[in-house]
Amino acid sequence: MRTLTNIKAPEAAPSVSHESSEARKEQTGRNKGDGPLARDTTTVHRQSATGGSSTHARAHESAIKHVTGRAAYIDDIPAPSDVLHIALGLSPVAHGRLTRLDLEKVKRAPGVVDVITIVDVPGHTDIGPVFPGDPIFVDDEISYVGQTLFAVAATSYKAARLAVKEAVIEIDERPASLDPVTATERGEFVRPTHTHQSGDWQQALESSAHVLEGEQFVGGQEHFYLEGQACLVLPTEDEGVMVYTSNQHPSETQKLVAEVLDIPFHAVTMEMRRMGGGFGGKETQASPWACIAAIIARRTGRAAKLRLPRAEDTRATGKRHPFNNRYRLGFDDQGVLTGGDITVIGDCGYSPDLSDAVVDRAMFHADNAYSLGQARVTGHRAKTNTASNTAFRGFGGPQGMMIIEAAMDDIARHLGEDPLTVRKRNLYRLGRDVTHYGQRVEQITLLHDIVEQLEASSDYWSRRKAIAEFNAKSPIIKKGLALTPVKFGISFTVQHLNQAGALLLVYTDGSVSINHGGTEMGQGLHTKVCQVVARELGLDLEQVRITATRTDKVPNTSPTAASSGADLNGQAARDAASKLRERLFDFAAQHFDQELGGLDREGMRLEGGELIAGVGESERRIPWGELIQKAYLARVSLSEKGFYATPLIHYDRDAAKGRPFYYYAHGAAVAEVEVDTLSGEYRLSRADILHDVGDSLNPAIDIGQIEGAFIQGMGWLTSEELKWNEQGRLISDGPATYKIPAFGDLPPVFNVDLLQGHPNSQASIYRSKAVGEPPFMLGISVWSALRDALASLVDYRHCPRLDTPATPERVLMAAEALRNATLVKAAQPETSDDPA
Amino acid sequence: MMEHSETRSQGSGETTVNLTVNGEPCQLTLPPNVVLLDALRDRLGLTGTKKGCDHGQCGACTVHIDGQAVNSCLRLAVMCEGRHITTVEGLASDVGLHPVQQAFLEHDAYQCGFCTPGQMMSAAALLEDSRIADDDAAVREAMSGNLCRCGAYKNILSAIQDARRHVSPQRTEGESP
Repeated sequence: MRTLTNIKAPEAAPSVSHESSEARKEQTGRNKGDGPLARDTTTVHRQSATGGSSTHARAHESAIKHVTGRAAYIDDIPAPSDVLHIALGLSPVAHGRLTRLDLEKVKRAPGVVDVITIVDVPGHTDIGPVFPGDPIFVDDEISYVGQTLFAVAATSYKAARLAVKEAVIEIDERPASLDPVTATERGEFVRPTHTHQSGDWQQALESSAHVLEGEQFVGGQEHFYLEGQACLVLPTEDEGVMVYTSNQHPSETQKLVAEVLDIPFHAVTMEMRRMGGGFGGKETQASPWACIAAIIARRTGRAAKLRLPRAEDTRATGKRHPFNNRYRLGFDDQGVLTGGDITVIGDCGYSPDLSDAVVDRAMFHADNAYSLGQARVTGHRAKTNTASNTAFRGFGGPQGMMIIEAAMDDIARHLGEDPLTVRKRNLYRLGRDVTHYGQRVEQITLLHDIVEQLEASSDYWSRRKAIAEFNAKSPIIKKGLALTPVKFGISFTVQHLNQAGALLLVYTDGSVSINHGGTEMGQGLHTKVCQVVARELGLDLEQVRITATRTDKVPNTSPTAASSGADLNGQAARDAASKLRERLFDFAAQHFDQELGGLDREGMRLEGGELIAGVGESERRIPWGELIQKAYLARVSLSEKGFYATPLIHYDRDAAKGRPFYYYAHGAAVAEVEVDTLSGEYRLSRADILHDVGDSLNPAIDIGQIEGAFIQGMGWLTSEELKWNEQGRLISDGPATYKIPAFGDLPPVFNVDLLQGHPNSQASIYRSKAVGEPPFMLGISVWSALRDALASLVDYRHCPRLDTPATPERVLMAAEALRNATLVKAAQPETSDDPA
Repeated sequence: MMEHSETRSQGSGETTVNLTVNGEPCQLTLPPNVVLLDALRDRLGLTGTKKGCDHGQCGACTVHIDGQAVNSCLRLAVMCEGRHITTVEGLASDVGLHPVQQAFLEHDAYQCGFCTPGQMMSAAALLEDSRIADDDAAVREAMSGNLCRCGAYKNILSAIQDARRHVSPQRTEGESP
């Protein structure tokens, strides 16, 4: 009974009998009847300042659940006792033809209930998310180590895994293509090459005072979400399924499950409460497991659970794309770019997946924060025999930025300038404010402000001087310092994804439930959306509860990706809440004080748990609960849906011009490192960050996102090394061999600030800015600082090539290369001036 | 089925083990190769303890065995005969949240929350261990076995140092677990 839960607790701790007699007294007159209205309505507990509930640093909506272990992830959901556990048979080779797959012994293994291959799929067998190319099971062509051949369902997880080993697999193995540069030369692509061009780049190169060129390899990154890929599928009473999945894109998985089962979409319901990390790895690559489990659930009529063990998870799923980048850029005596040519090659793995958009985003960010001048940017989508690389925080943007940041360092060394000086001269500015894809950069002074503020707050120049002095006296240990900016475009570059829906429900006790298409993976999206609704309805956060993302509440949603979660879903929730609010105002204006002609509709507002009409003497306050109950009795709808579509954005792919981004988010970081140049070992001793989130929706969440993104970005560029052997097998397939940042990698001095006083110039949700991805690229400062430390070995005359991840091994090799070059040069007679 | 605590080996190849979990005595009969993590999650329904990597590298499965932090994925359940196991579900007491839980709450010391139970169990153990110094560097070292992919280390560190004010170290030097 609802009423029994709302009795106020007595002050002291009286006896049980006293307690229950008090409770009975409280119940008198309230515990009879069965009307539709709640007898107690929710109340505002804290008087919040006007509008304050949206901007204060509010705790995470699942905070108490997280600290008590009650926050359930997929593997924690109680499954029916007859649940089947699924294990997968994965390809042991990278390329070849499957000539024999004998599963008779698998089927006879103890505990096995079902075994399926591609011939058992009732509907579509290709589950490519955007373009075809991803078979749910291998038909005959094998494309990577870890590709799914078959699935086994058994009464226990152990039985399923043991049974997999009984399979007889014969493969006509072929040479694996593992080098994306070679693949590019051969024209082996998953999608066509795309080019941006602004002006006459060849003319610019020919007429430049200086021309430099360089190339780099930028390594990939395993998502290493702590909660691996997991789903639980229950057959429903019609021909459908109920799917619980750790998933950033439930609507797409719903579509694929329905197509694989050959049933209508409305027969498939997805539920997603929270993920134990996503980072892009559950945008498209959570779907195959749900599809497989759904087939088994339908075939057997039993619940089916699929949770990939860590090593299989890392082998079977795609990663951040490794990139091979090249630049040839011209610049003047000040180091200001005049133009040139940049090529980025994304290693896409065996299929398109999201690679078209990933490489596009790398191209869109090959300028980072700098005007390239007259430039051409070309992006290739190389096909190789590895898992299909996919979304990962930044979505190609970080890889694209790496080439221009390398160029900035190289230009500075060439001219004998500090890299920061060259970076500042190249920032977008008036007269140089249009990108190579035709979008004008608004808030043009913002990055200049950020860099200048951070330069001052981090004492860049005095530390630069101190480091130079230190390095002059320290032959082995070298310190490095770098400041790198970030300008990151916000919006899905696939235009139709920039839409969102929300469903707002108000119950007769006044409690509010909000549901939207976004998914929670630790980024605090649900907290932010609750804040939006609380602010629009003038309620406390406690009165607004978010429910699990479900495809039967809000349909046809976009993935929670591209940093867009709060921008899109926050706006959709706001749309729903403001529509409901206006309806309540219309109702209240007519319903209350009828004898006085009703309430003044103008100036009506919801604040502190009350509807307030009029001012001064004629002010009238109606508690939220009363308003809701009266509205219900007057047959006013208490639910509303909201919708949002991002305005202004467009991109003409044929012309390679447009405004793909609604706005840009900015930031900058200063990193200081200490490198042992005899071992290559190093540590990050200090990091300072200033980041632009517009008017922050929730500063605590935003700062957490910035800190975490910086650390994850640093891990990508320093310690996280993916290693494949010559046969194309990933050998760094777990935390023992793949090193993500640990506690010790947290810099001892870590100053993170939000830029103040710069609301978004576009009408985003309360003028905030997206924060999920942009700060990831602040990690580039650590890589640049390592190059700075290495450059000190040659008096900063040259900046060594430093591929990533810049592991101690690579740092040592770079140091050795510099030392050897110096020795060779010393041994040769002095040549006259610059050969360039 | 009749069970005798002194008869530990069962005919089915299963073994009976007596544990105290979160203060409650319990008896489990299971194959000897079942790790403590699976016993806690699958047999006792204590799903607060997470499976992150399944081979002792990520720390998400950290529990206390007689007060010491241990990766429960590396410990067979049958090795824990007579031991006191504490999981995240047993961290709070009748008087409320453990100081570490309270501090994690106040410092937003999580993002996705998946590593949080393990982080808190390691933190609770280190705060009670007088062998671990109280400076940041020592805490970072002691927490190095707990990975957080969201990178929330800064807030986790502040939470632990804040919780320290409410926890007094118990184990003294030389005392082994």
